[in-house]
Amino acid sequence: MAHDSSGGGGAAAHEFGGDRVAEGAGRASGPPGEPLDDPLDPGARRAIWVLGAAIGVFGVSFGVLATTAGLTVAQACAMSLLVFTGASQFAAVGVIAAGGSLGSAFGSALLLAARNAAYGVAMAPTMAGRSLGRRLLAAQIVIDESTAIATAQPGRVAREHAFWATGLAVFVCWNAGTALGAVAGDAIGDPEALGLDAAFPAGFVALVMPHLRSRRGRVAAAGGALVALVLVPLAPAGVPIVAAALAVVPAVLFTPSPSATGPPDGGGGAA
Amino acid sequence: MSWWAILGLAVAAYALKAAGLVGVGARAVEGPALRLATLLPAALLPALVVVNTLAADRRLVVDARAAGLAVAVVLAWRRAPFVLIVGLAAATTALVRAAG
Repeated sequence: MAHDSSGGGGAAAHEFGGDRVAEGAGRASGPPGEPLDDPLDPGARRAIWVLGAAIGVFGVSFGVLATTAGLTVAQACAMSLLVFTGASQFAAVGVIAAGGSLGSAFGSALLLAARNAAYGVAMAPTMAGRSLGRRLLAAQIVIDESTAIATAQPGRVAREHAFWATGLAVFVCWNAGTALGAVAGDAIGDPEALGLDAAFPAGFVALVMPHLRSRRGRVAAAGGALVALVLVPLAPAGVPIVAAALAVVPAVLFTPSPSATGPPDGGGGAA
Repeated sequence: MSWWAILGLAVAAYALKAAGLVGVGARAVEGPALRLATLLPAALLPALVVVNTLAADRRLVVDARAAGLAVAVVLAWRRAPFVLIVGLAAATTALVRAAG
């Protein structure tokens, strides 16, 4: 993972540094926050491109699925370029492939995409002071991967670098993968036979790990998983994921500040 | 799926992303709100994992995907490289599916 390249001491730096910078950004609240902190290190940049390559494989499976569902190659590619939020794309195409209505395809895709609005809020302080054009460009790459890796970084500068590097790597690889899958779908075969449907969530497991270093992160993660488990049988597709966002509230309210009680390293493991 | 549907989805998806990043001023996201917002990936990623590995439509199921998930969790916990986590999870699911 991107952050592990900083070595063992990185865990503590993320926890304590993260909160310090969060507060610093809050106070500064004005034009470009002073670059008090370090940029993203080269090891992390390499790791981000490795992540991108794996996302490219998901892109291939999306391309295959989309053309199987009846989209043309151009439509599959346009969707990845313009919609560019993987889970929503899979949901929309999956509903169409299963013979569902356009309305329900839209409904589940947009419910899933709603979390990107929350990610945008999370990234807003990092992008504060940048020009409107730059922020409008950045908006297209506000996705799971860019936000997860950015918010795991200790300082504002590293967050911004991680956001752009991850967003661009994923954008390039996801679109290249989609094109490959859409064009060569027949040669690739059934993505499920290759286990690619498990690769997507496995990538999310890896992405969440840096967030589990703090107790708050572990509470939020356990809460989010629990909300989803409870709501899957009760609510329409998409709702369990949007509702999981509420897990951040108990994580902040009932967990002491990380600077007071954070464990010295991630040894406590996966909550 | 028509071109209009794809364009509509693209506009709506972009509007959601931009609403958070551009629509909400950074000034509105300070202190406690910022702490809440930066925890969002921690809460949402596990929910996405649950929905993508343990759910089929509106039922909870344990199938070949759960085996891949178990492998991913163990490997991630042991801090394995990203590619190994993703690759072995997919391979496990593929093997369990082929065997089942």
